[in-house]
Amino acid sequence: MSSYVGQPRHHLLSVLVENKAGVLSRIASLFSRRGYNIFSLAVAPTDNERFSRITIVVDVESAPLEQVMAQLDKLVNVVDISELHPAEAREAELLLVTVAADATERAQVIQLVGVFGGRIVDVSLTALTVMLAGAPESLDDFEELMRSYEIVELQRTGRIALPRLDAGAERRPRVRRAGHSS
Amino acid sequence: MELTGAQALVRSLEMEGVEVVFGLPGGAILPVYDPIIDSSIRHVLVRHEQGAGHMAEGYAHVTGKPGVAMVTSGPGATNIVTPLCDAYMDSVPIVCVTGQVPTTAIGSDAFQEADTTGITAGITKHNWLVTDAADIPRVVREAFEVATTGRPGPVVVDVPKDVSNATMEWYWPEGVDLPGFRPPGAPDSEAVAAAAALIRAARRPVLYVGGGVLKSRACEALLDLVELTGIPTVTTLMARGAIPDSHPLCLGMPGMHGNYAAVTAMQRADLLIALGSRFDDRVTGKVSAFAPSAKVIHVDVDKAEIGKVRRPEVGIHADCREAIEEICSALRSTGRLDPSRLESWTGEIARWQATYPYTYEKDGTHAGAAREGGRPAGRPSLLKPQFVLEVLRDATPPGTILTAGVGQHQMWASQYWRFERPYSWVNSGGLGTMGFAVPAAIGAKVGRPDATVWAVDGDGCFQMTAQELVTASSEQIPVKIAILNNGYLGMVRQWQHMFYEERYSEVYLSPDLPDYVGWAEAMGCIGLRVEAPEEVLPAIEKANEIDDRPVVIDFRTDAMEQVFPMVPAGASNDDIVVHPAQREAEAGPPKTRAPKTSPPKTSATAGVKAPARKRRGT
Ligand SMILES: Cc1ncc(C[n+]2csc(CCOP(=O)(O)OP(=O)(O)O)c2C)c(N)n1
Ligand SMILES: [Mg+2]
Repeated sequence: MSSYVGQPRHHLLSVLVENKAGVLSRIASLFSRRGYNIFSLAVAPTDNERFSRITIVVDVESAPLEQVMAQLDKLVNVVDISELHPAEAREAELLLVTVAADATERAQVIQLVGVFGGRIVDVSLTALTVMLAGAPESLDDFEELMRSYEIVELQRTGRIALPRLDAGAERRPRVRRAGHSS
Repeated sequence: MELTGAQALVRSLEMEGVEVVFGLPGGAILPVYDPIIDSSIRHVLVRHEQGAGHMAEGYAHVTGKPGVAMVTSGPGATNIVTPLCDAYMDSVPIVCVTGQVPTTAIGSDAFQEADTTGITAGITKHNWLVTDAADIPRVVREAFEVATTGRPGPVVVDVPKDVSNATMEWYWPEGVDLPGFRPPGAPDSEAVAAAAALIRAARRPVLYVGGGVLKSRACEALLDLVELTGIPTVTTLMARGAIPDSHPLCLGMPGMHGNYAAVTAMQRADLLIALGSRFDDRVTGKVSAFAPSAKVIHVDVDKAEIGKVRRPEVGIHADCREAIEEICSALRSTGRLDPSRLESWTGEIARWQATYPYTYEKDGTHAGAAREGGRPAGRPSLLKPQFVLEVLRDATPPGTILTAGVGQHQMWASQYWRFERPYSWVNSGGLGTMGFAVPAAIGAKVGRPDATVWAVDGDGCFQMTAQELVTASSEQIPVKIAILNNGYLGMVRQWQHMFYEERYSEVYLSPDLPDYVGWAEAMGCIGLRVEAPEEVLPAIEKANEIDDRPVVIDFRTDAMEQVFPMVPAGASNDDIVVHPAQREAEAGPPKTRAPKTSPPKTSATAGVKAPARKRRGT
């Protein structure tokens, strides 16, 4: 997986949707029909069971972000869209990787996992499976290091994010929203 | 009160004020057809579900009310996909109820199962698969709300058979709870003020009026704006009639087959005021060369249209009528507009109009005749399609509703008709659906039984949906059809003529097969045939007198005729090709050809390239 750190062509959209059948497929088909590219996507219910939150990393080389947001906003089940600027968001992602590591390499891998704050979740004589959660950039770095060993399988979840809290300030995220201007 | 889902569905349609449903039954929708018998709602039994969809569109176009169609699952649903897409492209409010296999069978490839919500998701504003009979009133209420609010459009309500058969306790919801569905608020006052300032400062402004003006019932407001500002106005194919064609400031249709003055006024404008129009490629031509020196004000109820094709200086996301009214009052509150400010601009436009009106050769010859060795075989006369339209236009009562198919005849209809009232023109603009005219005319006549409804159709188009004339005959819906029978898929033929070196591939239909008169009569209509210019008026007068059944006139028109002007696909609007007879007008050194006046070299227009030369020939 190539790194997406700091690439300006990627934008992070946090989309609140009604928790109804087919919502994800409506969003996915809107992206494909209009020729927009999804880089990563994560979906899960929110604390309110009526709604789910979809975090989409959009490749906006394919279309201006404004157009993507305005088209998404027209979907009846899309309740709210906000763009989260990296500087104003807390982002996290989860990575699972199985690395081939024999007895000689195992110690090095375990050491790196410790440095990154990951966890060994499975072990065999010839391989290790590591779980690492954290900022996407840190996952990128870890992934890069793991490439010097033999990666058997690797899976990342895609980003999730929430607006950063402004300590002391009004608890209101600074985000760009689609929908009515007022 | 306990009702079945089917009864609740019909009851909900009644609650929404539905007067007529266009449809055709089948297995999965059977339960719903039973309570239809006892309902006040009229059901029009179509002969093909595509007909139901276009009828619902025609009805919606002329009444402003949502059109309703009802079909069965599987093939019934897939047959109505084309009209749904058509309605989506042209923002026509349609509520389509589809039957579905029982919920227990969904996903099993059951008989007549199709993923209707999946198939129609991309061509509807929204759709619902109802899984509980108790949801029916709520979903129907939501469906009508979504179809008619904001930018109108089609919706689908997919009802599985077991849901129709189940029972529920009847209720009618007070309102809708759709947290993600928000029509725009009032126009932003700063944007309105900015728009007014641009309008005040402009010296070569054009009002670019699209179908959204009709959808928002803004024609009165538009007329006020036109007269207040004195700004020349173009009405797109979807907006013909938004202001009367007879209005001195109405320039008519812009775009690929628009008239020279409308196209060129937009090209040279310093300000385009786009009202409910969407910078469609058929209007802009090559986008990068479109109206190069114009600032843009864009008013649209759909935020995604603003800036989609052309970034405006001022975007107003609002209902068109409200926005136009606000712009008018902003202009009034900031002092009188000096009418003389546009004198040189309107003078220039008047010269274009005088030099390049729509035209055709009226003497019965055509450019290709000599070269091709005279008239095509079997053609006793050269009846010009434009002539037929002129006679029809002048022989029909005021307020006649005109529908059209798609092709040359559609363009000529838009060019040669005189639209004096809004909602008198019904056509398929965005999708360009052949076969639209006949069923749309039937739907229009159902919605407006008081009006005379004529369909101008092509021979190719007619063959796609003509069977709906059986519907019209049996339901006594007396529409009138004028087939401009050129024996060809004429518009495609024209492109092959112009861009494929006259290599005609699969465009010949024959004017005689089918026998349109015989076919019309077989469908319970009166059929007439017209072959010579002098027969045109008597036939139309005869048709106008018939009011107890549909009439079809087979006009045998000149197969060689082409639509002019034309901006070739992908070309700049500067490269508009005028009628061959008008190419003389531009003879002589290119720089001195009409139009002579060029925009003043102010900073606003610096960098405007000189209008490119029109193509000689094609
Ligand atoms: C359903 C459909 N199929 C194909 C086309 C492409 N097409 C556009 S115009 C046209 C020819 C229409 O022929 P006819 O109805 O005879 O009209 P004419 O151009 O001859 O006036 C065709 C095939 C279309 N618009 N719609
Ligand atoms: Mg034809």
